[in-house]
Amino acid sequence: MLRYILKRVLWVIPVMLGVVIIVFTITYLTPGDPVMTILGSGYTPERYAAKAAELGLDKGYFGQLVAYIWNIITRLDFGKSYNSNIPIVQEFAARYPISVSIGLLSCMLIAIIGLPLGILSAVKQYSVLDYSLTTLALIFAAIPSFVLSILGLVIFGVKLGWLPVSGLDSFKSWILPVLANTLPGVAGIMRMTRTTMLEVIRQDYIRTARSKGLKESVILRKHALKNCLIPLVTIFGGMIAHTTAGSIIVENIFNIRGMGTYLYSAILARDYPVINGCVLLIAFVVCVMNLLVDITYAFIDPRIRSQYEKKRVTRKKITTTKAEVA
Amino acid sequence: MFWKSKRETVKSLEEMTRRRSQWRDVMGRLFRNKTGFVGLCICAILIILVVFAPVFTSYNPLKQSVPERFLYPSSEHIFGTDDFGRDLWARILYGGRISLLIAFIAVIISTVGAIILGSCAGYFGGAVDQIITRVMDVMMSIPGLLLAIAISSALGAGLVNTALAIAIPGIAPGARIIRSTVMSIKDCEYVEAAKASGSKNFRLIMIHIIPNCIAPLIVNATLSIGGNIMAISGLSFIGLGVQAPTPEWGAILSTGKTYLRDFWPLVFFPALFIMLTILGFNLFGDALRDALDPRLKD
Repeated sequence: MLRYILKRVLWVIPVMLGVVIIVFTITYLTPGDPVMTILGSGYTPERYAAKAAELGLDKGYFGQLVAYIWNIITRLDFGKSYNSNIPIVQEFAARYPISVSIGLLSCMLIAIIGLPLGILSAVKQYSVLDYSLTTLALIFAAIPSFVLSILGLVIFGVKLGWLPVSGLDSFKSWILPVLANTLPGVAGIMRMTRTTMLEVIRQDYIRTARSKGLKESVILRKHALKNCLIPLVTIFGGMIAHTTAGSIIVENIFNIRGMGTYLYSAILARDYPVINGCVLLIAFVVCVMNLLVDITYAFIDPRIRSQYEKKRVTRKKITTTKAEVA
Repeated sequence: MFWKSKRETVKSLEEMTRRRSQWRDVMGRLFRNKTGFVGLCICAILIILVVFAPVFTSYNPLKQSVPERFLYPSSEHIFGTDDFGRDLWARILYGGRISLLIAFIAVIISTVGAIILGSCAGYFGGAVDQIITRVMDVMMSIPGLLLAIAISSALGAGLVNTALAIAIPGIAPGARIIRSTVMSIKDCEYVEAAKASGSKNFRLIMIHIIPNCIAPLIVNATLSIGGNIMAISGLSFIGLGVQAPTPEWGAILSTGKTYLRDFWPLVFFPALFIMLTILGFNLFGDALRDALDPRLKD
């Protein structure tokens, strides 16, 4: 088990290295000279050379790439923003917690609302409730989050005036951005829960449990739900990683100073170190979440666990048989 | 009496064993699925509206007319007009051309990429498979929309660039599907027979293996069109996709956001069309999946 976890943890390193190379190459190949952009009208050949040396842009592709990776590993230094000259790590420290808290809140709501609705609609398949829930889920899955945010903004913020339209100053101001993240997710999780539940419910061991005369609630809780967990854990892992990354669109509409707005302003200003840094951070979180999901599998699914614990299990068996003999 | 009944039996047996084309089977299942049919209708109507846009509107989507700004829907302008007095119905129709065109181009690019990478990984196995799967792992650990944003900010705006930016993140998931399908097919007897009769690798993959991966490919392509439409409008909404004055649903919506307080049609109609398109392709894609693979049907 430990070996499996260790192997999985080590696997993060080459993946992240690949991500760094891809992201760095994309922005390296982008036309336009950042030094010229920074200097603007104050351009002289001497200043240009000095600035390029300061930013490390006088080296070739490999020199820059190696320096970039080296700075991140040794000093956690993603460089500075071309525009504001503020170190990117500093901005991360201020902004990432905001995006994470909105994301985690949304994920919790998605789980609380989406799972029970999905189970309900699977258990009562082909009922009016099932049809209305699946239709609603289909509609919400088709509404882009920016449409949802704008609608919420206009109806509850502007026309009714119940909720504030920008910033995150009071408790009330969290409601709209969190909901804009939550509703499309609920639709997705609900559909996924419904299909996996339906697959599980049709299996033989559920029929056996029914014919044994177990209560339906016990069958659902103890037999069916446990076997739905694996696909759901996968989706949830991905969902947590993506929602905590901060939605560019939602954060912009509600004027929240999170990762999304940071990335957005960097894209508009062609601030490449910031774009690189944001993508790297988010990809790292996705990697870690995938890792956690894989480890969770090993804990919740005995079939997977036994693959890695074969030796111990056989040893146990031998000792028990010995005890029996004695 | 005996011979007659025997002949009847033979006839019915013949009928039973007569080869029914798989295509007809699939079509039959598809049209029996009501929600899928609704989805197909939505898609068909949208595509007809968009392709034959000049038939359905006489307005030029780019022609500005200052005195006619912000008109509400009327018999003359059925969806009203926008902030430059351009007819909104015309802009939605012509904008749909752009949105759907980009979505289709992106699907084609990502499907071709997925076929090449997925079939190579699945067919050759070994080191080729290892390398391709690892690269796919890396691609999949960057969220799709984020990768699209990074690529499109590097490439710049424009139709082909936007299509590329959206297509590249779609390659990895598609390649995974094809890889697993190819791996299950390549050990079939008919592939070995073809190999024994001297087919080269390229011919084997193109003629014998890919056609048998077509079902998951079509389903994946149909379902990803909805996602692509959402990504395109999202990119245009934050100003990275198609640039003004070209009409595009996300771009129209983005301008509409500014005037939302007092003028609703500029947000309502593009949002409605984005929603309908995604809904249509999702419904149709779900139905296709059920029709092509009856085992998956609830």
